[in-house]
Amino acid sequence: MSETLPPVIVGAGPAGIRAAERLVAAGLRPVVVDEAARWGGQIYRQPPDGGFTRPKKALYGFEAGKADAVHRAMAAIRDRVDYRPRTLVWNCEAGALDLLCDGASEALPFSHLILATGATDRVLPFPGWTLPGVFTLGGSQVALKFQGCAVGRRVAFLGTGPLLYLVAYQYLKAGVEVAGVFDTTPFAAQARATAGMLRDAATLAKGLLYVGWLRAHGVPIHNGVRPVRAEGAERVNALVWRDAQGQERRTSCDAVAFGLGLRSETQLADLAGCRFRFDEADRAWLPERDGAGRSSVPGVYLAGDGGGISGADAAELAGERAALALLEDLGRPMDGKRVKELDGRLSRIAAFRRSLSAAFPFPADWADAIADDTMICRCEGVTAGAVREVARSGQAREMNRAKALTRAGMGRCQGRMCSATTAELLSRTLGTSPDGVGRLRAQPPIKPLPVSAGAERREVA
Amino acid sequence: MRERIECDVAIVGGGIVGGSAALFLRQAGLSVTLLERDWCGAKASGVNFGGVRRQGRPLEQLPLSQRAHAIWGRLPELLGTDAEYIRSGHLKLARSEPDLESLIAYRERSQGFGLGLEIIVGEEFRRRWPALGDRAIGGSLCPEDGHANPRLISPAFARAAAALGAVVREQTPVDRVEKDGDRFVLLSGDALEVRARFLLNTAGAWSWRLAEAFGEPVPLESLHPNMAVTEPLPRFLDVNIGVEGGGVYGRQVPRGNMVVGGGRGFALDADRARPQRDAVLTLMRDAAELFPQLRHAHVIRCWTGVEGYTPDRNPIIGPSRTTPGLFHAFGFSGAGFQIGPGVGQTLAELVTSGETPMPLEAFRIDRFSPTA
Ligand SMILES: Cc1cc2nc3c(=O)[nH]c(=O)nc-3n(C[C@H](O)[C@H](O)[C@H](O)COP(=O)(O)OP(=O)(O)OC[C@H]3O[C@@H](n4cnc5c(N)ncnc54)[C@H](O)[C@@H]3O)c2cc1C
Ligand SMILES: Cc1cc2nc3c(=O)[nH]c(=O)nc-3n(C[C@H](O)[C@H](O)[C@H](O)COP(=O)(O)OP(=O)(O)OC[C@H]3O[C@@H](n4cnc5c(N)ncnc54)[C@H](O)[C@@H]3O)c2cc1C
Repeated sequence: MSETLPPVIVGAGPAGIRAAERLVAAGLRPVVVDEAARWGGQIYRQPPDGGFTRPKKALYGFEAGKADAVHRAMAAIRDRVDYRPRTLVWNCEAGALDLLCDGASEALPFSHLILATGATDRVLPFPGWTLPGVFTLGGSQVALKFQGCAVGRRVAFLGTGPLLYLVAYQYLKAGVEVAGVFDTTPFAAQARATAGMLRDAATLAKGLLYVGWLRAHGVPIHNGVRPVRAEGAERVNALVWRDAQGQERRTSCDAVAFGLGLRSETQLADLAGCRFRFDEADRAWLPERDGAGRSSVPGVYLAGDGGGISGADAAELAGERAALALLEDLGRPMDGKRVKELDGRLSRIAAFRRSLSAAFPFPADWADAIADDTMICRCEGVTAGAVREVARSGQAREMNRAKALTRAGMGRCQGRMCSATTAELLSRTLGTSPDGVGRLRAQPPIKPLPVSAGAERREVA
Repeated sequence: MRERIECDVAIVGGGIVGGSAALFLRQAGLSVTLLERDWCGAKASGVNFGGVRRQGRPLEQLPLSQRAHAIWGRLPELLGTDAEYIRSGHLKLARSEPDLESLIAYRERSQGFGLGLEIIVGEEFRRRWPALGDRAIGGSLCPEDGHANPRLISPAFARAAAALGAVVREQTPVDRVEKDGDRFVLLSGDALEVRARFLLNTAGAWSWRLAEAFGEPVPLESLHPNMAVTEPLPRFLDVNIGVEGGGVYGRQVPRGNMVVGGGRGFALDADRARPQRDAVLTLMRDAAELFPQLRHAHVIRCWTGVEGYTPDRNPIIGPSRTTPGLFHAFGFSGAGFQIGPGVGQTLAELVTSGETPMPLEAFRIDRFSPTA
């Protein structure tokens, strides 16, 4: 009976779309569920229908070709997939997903499931980060791509990772003044890692181009920076930071965009029962996956950033690869040549990613500088001091315990925003490695669920 | 190398029952070792609905429940925290005449136990709880019942015991227990051996294992009440709400979140459980019917826990029938949070003096065995 169920894909980003394309090519009709209104995922997010239209070149820059290809791929198979946009998967239980669409809940049973749920920004707070005008890097990019507006007129970019330079570049291109790029990475680390990145000369060149372009336009780029605070009364008006020599400095701006790389969206994998392991490169707990994308649960596959951060190109390849694994598990004939090609390209990207994380190391000491009265969980109003206190007093040596005692991670974001901070604060206070404090267990609903969905329940056909 | 501890009393399970027993035993001056497989108060005691309610309990439980009530009133002194405990009142709603009659009957039967129940109907009911006005025709109020934050309070008992000198070992599963002459010998892997004159079995839903090891099998079933909590809402409810005949229950915490319960989750394995989709959706529907204020709210989290239920829904409390020095307290069937500290105090009494004024006959461990 279960073989008659169509495969289900969660996420219509590059990974989900390429997975769907491959399944359609094999004659299947997958269900593609996506929270967004239009396909494309995070990176190739499309502006809302109607309203303003901006050319792809303006929206996606160098990636316009890829964005276009991914959009077209989905458009081409649109009639052969059961596509469910504006549909949130809020739970996974006993071989079925729970969907929320138009306020109604519906269970969708599956036998084979590809999770291509992508990633969101990873942030650690600093004093003043809750001031209006302070945004995440991804958020500020979404504003540009999706709403066609900038988060400020003079924007400071703070943090680490390739998005830092990319978004600064995109802002500059859009005519916004960039007050500076404040990179937490010491210059030496970046220089050392460049050698490894030569494996993917094209991507490296792009990165260098962003940096070069920013410099050529007089944007100051600072390395080895630590934030001191965002200043302002009603709205941020300056970023105070410490330079590599330890000197405190001040840069005026009317917006700050900051981020420390990305974090995978793993709650569905957790609810689906996947085994997790700590990944040093991502500094996060990730669902285990083999090279083909198989998780530890038979019939559940992981593709793209949702299984570990490796970028949009890898997401496309991994989506297709997971679909091929799924087909193989259904006993379909294998395209061995394609598998080999995908595996080769994926492992080259993986090597490049390793250099990238060396080039943009996570600033492990950032957490030490978070003042005790800084809010770390906005949903529940939890301060850094509260988390340190339960660690210091011996009451919490682990994430779920810290959550129970402080409420960090209990609010509407379910720890999506604050769990990285909580883990860093706990492990730094306890003097353990970040994996030593464990991870938050996922609980449904993974995003807030309207109470009215209880009355609006759709039975499955 | 195996660590060895000698003490008067060994306790298996650091929930609210084991934790409070440890505290009272230390107050009585006995040496205590509390062994907890997980973290103290992390299981049923730390994840429950938080209802601190005497109203509606079987009469056999009321003496213990009253004893617990007195302890709840002394929390700051005992634990150094009130853990968000408030005597908000517990209002049990009647949605029909027969429901109301049954509430009145309970008030009659429970007279003399000191619950102070008030039946409130009609105009007065609607005036006092306009938020509930059309959902119910009246209710029974127990003014001094209330609610608390279980996540904070349950670990606090074990912590207070430790502060008084109890040895509290977390992440320490007891996997073998035997009696060697007049001593109990508890082993946690190869790491720890505890020897004690007395043994308390307060291992919650897992207590049947220890009971069985001493030849006292009990029909304990694990069940998983479903809980959900909304985002913070404007305050509309000050009392802890139950409904005659069961179904949903709810309370609004001072910061505005509404906690509701009803239905059951499912077991992931012997130690863990998850909320169940249909139960969650039904709970949301029923809660919105009862509290129209929830209609446009969002549920931000659901959870459940593992709790031991007995066939007659009364706990097992008291001395072992096979093994002198062993005392059991488990099987609270979804209602052990309020009564827990009273049970802990009673266990401490049984250990120190061999007797207790609490009537425990209804809670005998052998009441389910065919020969009993
Ligand atoms: C804000 C942001 C901006 C980024 N910008 C860039 C960039 O400019 N350049 C670059 O190279 N990389 C960028 N990245 C990284 C890039 O997004 C990823 O590498 C790439 O998009 C990964 O593709 P994916 O298919 O794995 O996931 P995504 O593209 O993230 O797609 C995941 C999809 O799954 C959906 N989804 C997730 N959970 C659920 C659920 N429970 N129910 C229903 N739907 C769900 C999401 O709505 C989304 O549409 C960005 C990442 C973020 C978070
Ligand atoms: C979701 C839910 C809602 C509830 N709502 C209410 C309510 O509103 N009001 C109310 O009064 N009651 C309520 N209850 C019931 C109440 O929570 C329990 O009756 C009470 O907490 C039981 O306490 P305990 O100490 O016996 O058990 P537990 O809290 O389960 O503690 C037992 C401990 O023993 C440990 N343990 C087990 N085996 C071993 C071993 N071999 N070695 C070491 N340690 C071991 C466990 O890890 C556990 O921590 C609810 C229960 C649940 C699950």
